[in-house]
Amino acid sequence: MKLVIAVIKPFKLDEVRDALVAVGVHGMTASEVKGYGRQKGHTEIYRGAEYAVNFLPKIRIEVAVPSERVAVVVDAIIASAKTGQIGDGKIFVTAIDQAVRIRTGETDVDAL
Amino acid sequence: MEREINHPRRLAAVAVLALAATPAWAEDAAGKIDPADTAWMISATGLVLMMTIPGLALFYCGMVRKKNVLATMAQSFACTALCSLLWFIVGYTLSFVGDGSWLGTFERLFLRNIGMDATSPFAPTIPELLFVVYQMTFAIITVALVAGAVADRMRFSAFLWFAAGWLIVVYVPIAHWVWGGGFLARAGLLDFAGGTVVHLNAGIAGLVAAYVVGKRHGYGTDNFSPYDLSLAVIGTGLLWVGWLGFNGGSALGANSRAVFAITATHLAASSGALTWMFLEWWTRGKPSVLGMITGAVAGLGTITPASGFVLPWHGVVIGLIAGAVCFCACTWLKRCLGYDDSLDVFGVHGIGGVTGTLLTGVFAVAALSASPDAPGSSGLLEGNPRQLLIQLYGVVAVLLWSGVLTYILLKVIAFLIPLRVSEQHEIEGLDLTQHGEALQ
Repeated sequence: MKLVIAVIKPFKLDEVRDALVAVGVHGMTASEVKGYGRQKGHTEIYRGAEYAVNFLPKIRIEVAVPSERVAVVVDAIIASAKTGQIGDGKIFVTAIDQAVRIRTGETDVDAL
Repeated sequence: MEREINHPRRLAAVAVLALAATPAWAEDAAGKIDPADTAWMISATGLVLMMTIPGLALFYCGMVRKKNVLATMAQSFACTALCSLLWFIVGYTLSFVGDGSWLGTFERLFLRNIGMDATSPFAPTIPELLFVVYQMTFAIITVALVAGAVADRMRFSAFLWFAAGWLIVVYVPIAHWVWGGGFLARAGLLDFAGGTVVHLNAGIAGLVAAYVVGKRHGYGTDNFSPYDLSLAVIGTGLLWVGWLGFNGGSALGANSRAVFAITATHLAASSGALTWMFLEWWTRGKPSVLGMITGAVAGLGTITPASGFVLPWHGVVIGLIAGAVCFCACTWLKRCLGYDDSLDVFGVHGIGGVTGTLLTGVFAVAALSASPDAPGSSGLLEGNPRQLLIQLYGVVAVLLWSGVLTYILLKVIAFLIPLRVSEQHEIEGLDLTQHGEALQ
């Protein structure tokens, strides 16, 4: 089992969700986060006063998938979240030690 | 087109037409209440009150940080209640009763001796009580304007003392000098709706208050970006619409002069907004919403003293100058002088008030203020350079009185109670520390 964590542009969330549903992903968790990478924020100007906004709003989605599905899921996220502009985000993949569905007590791949 | 209108014979024709259309306005101080004038002035009073609550409250609160939104609204709201009562008790009588050079009398203390048929010599065709309430709304907004300079850091209790004291020792005398038959009125100062009394007065007081209270914690280093500019946009819309009653109502009757004032006002707001927008687009790369609304308010403040003395095209030019001058004041002058006037009361209203008062001396058209007894007031363009000097005299007098008395008043209050909140409370936010409430 792997956990795919993707940090994407907020307006891309619906497209990414549709793409993941299309490749058979049944569920995901999304949260509003702030962060920066190469995009490094932007400058806002109010009546001549300039403020550097370092942390930009992003959406972080988490998807737990069987190990053999990782490549398909990652490709789907890349295809749907990509604009080609700086600030498109990143994808991280980590291992999951255990998964449990609370309602039924099912474990691991059955719980995904 | 403009040149044609400016021709003296054309002006005379305009004057005759205007007078013929508005017998109520042309009448001398006979004191006969006119229903049309009364109806318009009741409406105008509502419009001007709307400028402070909720207009100015929204305009100001949208520009501060989330933790100070309610506290900023509270200043406008408390100002409205407090200044209304003070105006009832002593403000009106000291401003508009009696013929002293410096101050009125106590004859109308607590609005005594005002009967059903009473009229004021300053507004002979409407009930005196209506004139009282109309002028009350001007006093309210002037004090509320000053609050913008000390937003984010002044203690609420200190602000209430300041608002009460400032109304009595600064606003009331100046209103009397300019509008109540005092020495500036006798000198011939032209201030139709408050370039000196309201805007310059509030602007210079804001500058002094910003210096005395001191800079906000983190000024120049921390991010002070506005909580919600959409609130400020709504506030500006209410100010703009209300301003038609502010300047149009200053004709004190339902007449052509009110319509000239409304037209010039609206055009000045429009050209002020566009000027600021294009200047910012050109110098900073983007036409910001805050820039557009600030330009509109700059145009409105600047046209105020001139509105009942000028033609529509003068309004366009005055708004254009206002947008440019106030833009420079807020973006360049402010940085040079190093003061922290939180919401640019000085940069917009102070600078706008000076500019507008002086431009009134340039553009004033005699036909608009002419009556059967008097020829009306001409400005520089009509060959009367002396008017510009009188305007300058008025600016200096108001600037000195407002600046010095604001300083003294703040020092006296500071001697009794702290003017600003503690640094810890400032960081925590005024909503929670001053009012025990917060936006979630």
